[in-house]
Amino acid sequence: MSEEIVLMKGNEAIAHAAIRYGVDGYFGYPITPQSEIIETLMEEAPWETTGMVVLQAESELAAINMVYGGAASGKAVMTSSSSPGISLKQEGISYLAGTELPALIVNVQRGGPGLGTIQPSQSDYFQTVKGGGHGDYRLITLAPNSVQEMADFVDLGFRLAFKYRNPAMILTDGVIGQMMEKVTLPPSRRRRTEQEIREQCPWAALGKTPERKPNIHTSLELDPVIMEKNNERFQAKYREIEKNEVRYEEIQCEDAEYLFVAFGSAARVCLKAIEMAREEGFKVGLLRPITLWPFPCKIIEEYAKKVKGMLVVELNAGQMVEDVRLAVNGKVKVEHYGRLGGIVPTPDAVLEAFKEKITK
Amino acid sequence: MTHEIVISGFGGQGVLSMGKILAYSGIMEGMEVSWFPSYGPEQRGGTANVTVILSDKPISSPIIDTYDIAVVLNQPSLDKFEEKVKPGGIIIYDSYGIHTPPKRKDIDVYKINAMDEAVNMNNDKVFNMIVLGGLLKAVPMVQLENVMEGLKKSLPERYHNLLPMNKEAILRGMEIIQLENKAELNKIMN
Repeated sequence: MSEEIVLMKGNEAIAHAAIRYGVDGYFGYPITPQSEIIETLMEEAPWETTGMVVLQAESELAAINMVYGGAASGKAVMTSSSSPGISLKQEGISYLAGTELPALIVNVQRGGPGLGTIQPSQSDYFQTVKGGGHGDYRLITLAPNSVQEMADFVDLGFRLAFKYRNPAMILTDGVIGQMMEKVTLPPSRRRRTEQEIREQCPWAALGKTPERKPNIHTSLELDPVIMEKNNERFQAKYREIEKNEVRYEEIQCEDAEYLFVAFGSAARVCLKAIEMAREEGFKVGLLRPITLWPFPCKIIEEYAKKVKGMLVVELNAGQMVEDVRLAVNGKVKVEHYGRLGGIVPTPDAVLEAFKEKITK
Repeated sequence: MTHEIVISGFGGQGVLSMGKILAYSGIMEGMEVSWFPSYGPEQRGGTANVTVILSDKPISSPIIDTYDIAVVLNQPSLDKFEEKVKPGGIIIYDSYGIHTPPKRKDIDVYKINAMDEAVNMNNDKVFNMIVLGGLLKAVPMVQLENVMEGLKKSLPERYHNLLPMNKEAILRGMEIIQLENKAELNKIMN
């Protein structure tokens, strides 16, 4: 299969991209608004073509622990869910981080807390970038804002996860998961052979060979002196990721006097609001974080010296705005606008909030 | 040129698939497209709608507040979207599902008796294609040959024998759509 342009949902794009990437296993449990991921995988039946395993587990807990096992053996494995299901997976994510194993987790967010609603939301930002599970760990977090990026970030997520031996998350929401857009699917790659996995991942628990000692994966270490050393190693890795992997997009920022800061679907709404604001003579640009962790602090700090104010637009009560304020450090006014519980703000409402909170 | 369209009706009337075929037709025409559905419990028995945007420029927000065109196939849809059509825009409605026709005078109002026609054609499955034909007659945003290509892409291959029947339905829709109200310019100016 070569490159081709198709029309599909963000969720479907993730499934197709996973097969084409050469993922070894998907383990999941259905939940709206992301069920098309597992549905598409089941329809495509990749076990007959690439040999990829697709399994509907008995629960989210089972799914994330199947990912844990697959990851320990060096396989490219993934799971997906939506907010309440992702909460259930947090223990497993912490274990993956504590064991330094690569895996891809997709969260197509819906409004919470609790079972909440099935409509789009971005209220899992804190959960994703500030912990979620227990312990001092970080989750590489990618925030797609188009169906194309849903497909592209499967590849990017796995590349970063394997490069740093760390779990990575695609943090998206019901808008991007459910909407259809044009997408160019990546060319297909074959899955790695067991020999290739042995070479590329010498840590993989694939069965001991005479040349090496057994590979043992555990997050348990009862000696606190060693556990501190482990943590220091994790932290050194996180600093390395912060140095190398920050990604963001600047749109109409060259002449901007004001800045919207938004990710994912909120960034799409902001683009329309910018068109409208510029028609009214307000020079507004958009800074869109693509990696939510590592967070693009430096570029936001630089814009704090240039613009008169920033409006952080999110589908939540104000989460990323805290990180923007940390980066800005009081240099310029930073306000938040968001809708809660599954409501997506309209471009008109964003423009009104901008005028009210920033320009007055 | 950008067309911001909402298509709304009862779940099961083929609203979402009509939107998908329109979006695929747009791709075949070389346009940028987005398709965003209402999803969830409201699709079962209630009202389903889809926002389709076709544009020669990249599409910013897939979620919008006002529309150039509203295709409404039942009364709740008309009640919800009549006020959200931009002045100078278009409403297309199926008279079968709508008892109180649109009142606005600052928009073009088209009526299409698609349900009756589907019954005449002895095939209620082509209802949404009759409506699509009407829409394309009112606003020829994509050429018929590209619609047929879009249909081919949207339908699984096992249904490709149904393509001629769908084409016939689209052509019927183009014939039977009627303009009921032409937007009054002075009303738009206000």
